[in-house]
Amino acid sequence: MGKPEVLPDPTYQVDRAALIRELAAVLPPTSLLYSTEDTKPYECDGLSAFRKVPLAVVLPENEAQVQAVMRVCHRLKVPVVARGAGTGLSGGALPHEQGVTLGLSKMKSILHIDPVARTAKVQPGVRNLAISEATAPHGLYYAPDPSSQIACSIGGNIAENSGGVHCLKYGLTVHNVLKVRFVTIEGEVMEIGSEGLDSAGLDLLALVIGSEGLLGVVTEVTVKLLPKPQLARVVLAAFDSLEKAGQAVANIIGAGIIPAGLEMMDKLATQAVEQFVHAGYPLDAEAILLCESDGTPEEVAAEIERMEAVMRASGATQIRLSKDEAERLRFWSGRKAAFPAVGRIMPDYYCMDGTIPKRKLAEVLEGIDRLSKEFGLRCPNVFHAGDGNLHPLIMFDANEPGQAERAAEFGSRILTLCIEAGGTITGEHGVGVEKINEMCVQFRPDELDTFRTVKRAFDEHGLLNPGKAVPTLHRCAEFGRMHVHRGEERFPELPRF
Amino acid sequence: MTDFAHWSEAVRAAAAAGRSLRIRGGGTKDFYGVALEGDVFDTAGYRGVIDYDPSELLLSVRAGTPLAEVERTLAEGGQMLAFEPPRFGEASTIGGVIASGFSGPRRVAAGSARDFVLGVRVIDAQGRDLSFGGRVMKNVAGYDLSRLMAASFGTLALVTEISLKVLPRPETEATLVFDLPEADALDRINRWAAQPLPLSASCHRDGRLWVRLSGAGAAVDAARAKMGGTELPAHEAQPRWDALRDQRDPFFAADTPLWRLSVKSTSAPLGLGPQLVEWHGALRWIAADLPADRVHAAAEAAGGYATLYRGGDRSAGIQRLTPPVLSLHKRLKQSLDPQGVFGRHRIHPDF
Repeated sequence: MGKPEVLPDPTYQVDRAALIRELAAVLPPTSLLYSTEDTKPYECDGLSAFRKVPLAVVLPENEAQVQAVMRVCHRLKVPVVARGAGTGLSGGALPHEQGVTLGLSKMKSILHIDPVARTAKVQPGVRNLAISEATAPHGLYYAPDPSSQIACSIGGNIAENSGGVHCLKYGLTVHNVLKVRFVTIEGEVMEIGSEGLDSAGLDLLALVIGSEGLLGVVTEVTVKLLPKPQLARVVLAAFDSLEKAGQAVANIIGAGIIPAGLEMMDKLATQAVEQFVHAGYPLDAEAILLCESDGTPEEVAAEIERMEAVMRASGATQIRLSKDEAERLRFWSGRKAAFPAVGRIMPDYYCMDGTIPKRKLAEVLEGIDRLSKEFGLRCPNVFHAGDGNLHPLIMFDANEPGQAERAAEFGSRILTLCIEAGGTITGEHGVGVEKINEMCVQFRPDELDTFRTVKRAFDEHGLLNPGKAVPTLHRCAEFGRMHVHRGEERFPELPRF
Repeated sequence: MTDFAHWSEAVRAAAAAGRSLRIRGGGTKDFYGVALEGDVFDTAGYRGVIDYDPSELLLSVRAGTPLAEVERTLAEGGQMLAFEPPRFGEASTIGGVIASGFSGPRRVAAGSARDFVLGVRVIDAQGRDLSFGGRVMKNVAGYDLSRLMAASFGTLALVTEISLKVLPRPETEATLVFDLPEADALDRINRWAAQPLPLSASCHRDGRLWVRLSGAGAAVDAARAKMGGTELPAHEAQPRWDALRDQRDPFFAADTPLWRLSVKSTSAPLGLGPQLVEWHGALRWIAADLPADRVHAAAEAAGGYATLYRGGDRSAGIQRLTPPVLSLHKRLKQSLDPQGVFGRHRIHPDF
């Protein structure tokens, strides 16, 4: 497999000296980086196997500077790649060799918190968790909680429509953002959404959220805040087959329960994790479920009782309830450490992010198991069971001849399984550069053409994040694969997925 | 897969002839919009549930399916459309529900019509049969064109099939009534909403605030004890919320133009005229014949926007967009529907 092949893009012919001269005229010196020494730290995001050095990195301090940069790039026809905290996992912030990387890290102020209206107005570089920390004194929080929330920024969350383990109950970014200001490639400021619950005209907010930096650069975000639940408890249930665990998931939701979180791990994943973090998982179970209830103490008590009853009726061999907050966090610690744990027992793993209808879970897992035997590669599974979002981890050793190629083919077959089961190639990590080829598998040419049409309405010359998210027809003729190599993943300390 | 060849052909023929199509389900929302132009394109014949699985929280349905049939199907599974779309009559279709994006009392707690859209199948302005989104809860592949269809009133594409997230019906509901002037009611309801209480709807009119609680029995009981007020018996509460949802409340019967103002929930009383407040203050209905500029300005000052929802002179537009946002709307419309085949002038006089 090795390094991805990145073809030079002939579309952009940029005069580097002129670009830097023009940028220097509109930015303070500390906001413009162009020596390789200074720009190299920006060569990749959380998907570190893809690397490119941009012509320049700009770090504007305010919206006016973002506008000025956009005007320069628009006039000179220079690609612009927006970057938040750079924690994304699909290469959405991978620089463009002929382009400018526009980092929002200096725009990190929480502008206003309104505890009664339950809103917070923030700049794009504010970290996801910082919003919840700042609003905690009011008993409020920002609900979407991607696992990287201590580092990832709200601007990046908008770009990716980030989820988290609680999104079945509390929604994705698109459900929790009221208003966005963004700057177009022409340098014009657009304000979409409102301080009410909807906005005039078309729902452009739905279109911009999750657009991976291809439509505009976000400069201000107003998010919705929720009252923090008084209590959360988690049920840990063990099952002697994946089918029974999958059925238990269906039974819980069929019983009218929407858990705050509902996660599954198979035996391989549980065993890998247990020797790493000692979360107290049963090692003989074929699958475990973590099922969280939150709310008032009365609500949680009643819901936990129902959850346990459903688990028992679904054939759970063991059920444990977190006694206190420390134990709840310990139950979750294993789930959150699943990826580093796998990374410790195998040099390489290739992570997938498919979503499938939950009823196809057993079928798809059987398919993955069959493929695992066919390819001779182990594949632990962890997933957001409540919303059918799978993260199979294909384990391999790139130093063993042929293994990387087998892992790539295995991954391709898993994504095909997901699409065949009626699912999608990416539930939450985004397309970026990583899954750009698989877009050609999921969508037909006419649908991709429509995406490109939308793009042109915002960015006629294709200057915003070119080469990402939506493949060209030409691109669809090619096919490549990526994997995560141990030691190459940036921010290895962050919980993932 | 259903073959939409005849629909595609109709769209292409209209485009070729420079005609506009007015996509119509049950026609129960014909009162809304700047103008009704073009040949009626009836989708009501394409009906039926494609897939409903309560444990998936998923409903896939043909656009012409009556809303009443959708609700009956979901009720059998103990579930609901959590955004509580208004029901303007038996003819109302799910396609119209999504095209309008109208959402009812529970929207404040559960989310809007657009929030529950997971995927759509559409015929575009070139007559192509396309699918966006999907039938799964999480999907970030491609731009979210499926949610963009909500509230687009048939101006972007002909929606043929829709997949929606559905939710379980609440175990228990209770309605509390408080006699409070508007300013006090707005303050009170917003302060409650900032606490972990199971509020699912509110309504203020003529000095009285109604609050609905939904959820686990224990949570509703605890909230009831904490909040006080007078409890409305269930047999009186349900018809009241239904009437509010379906806009059969006597307030909506007024013979004046009806304005819908979407504003920041804590905005001070607007003082524009006879009013009904929903969504904890974020939705204010005003039944009065007022100069449009005055209403738009008041809504904008309150952080939102106004819509001339029914009646009045709508020919100059029903909403006010800022110049950059209007220009973006026009570019998007021009890109997706260059000939103006779909819903010409339904939501804006300029496109």
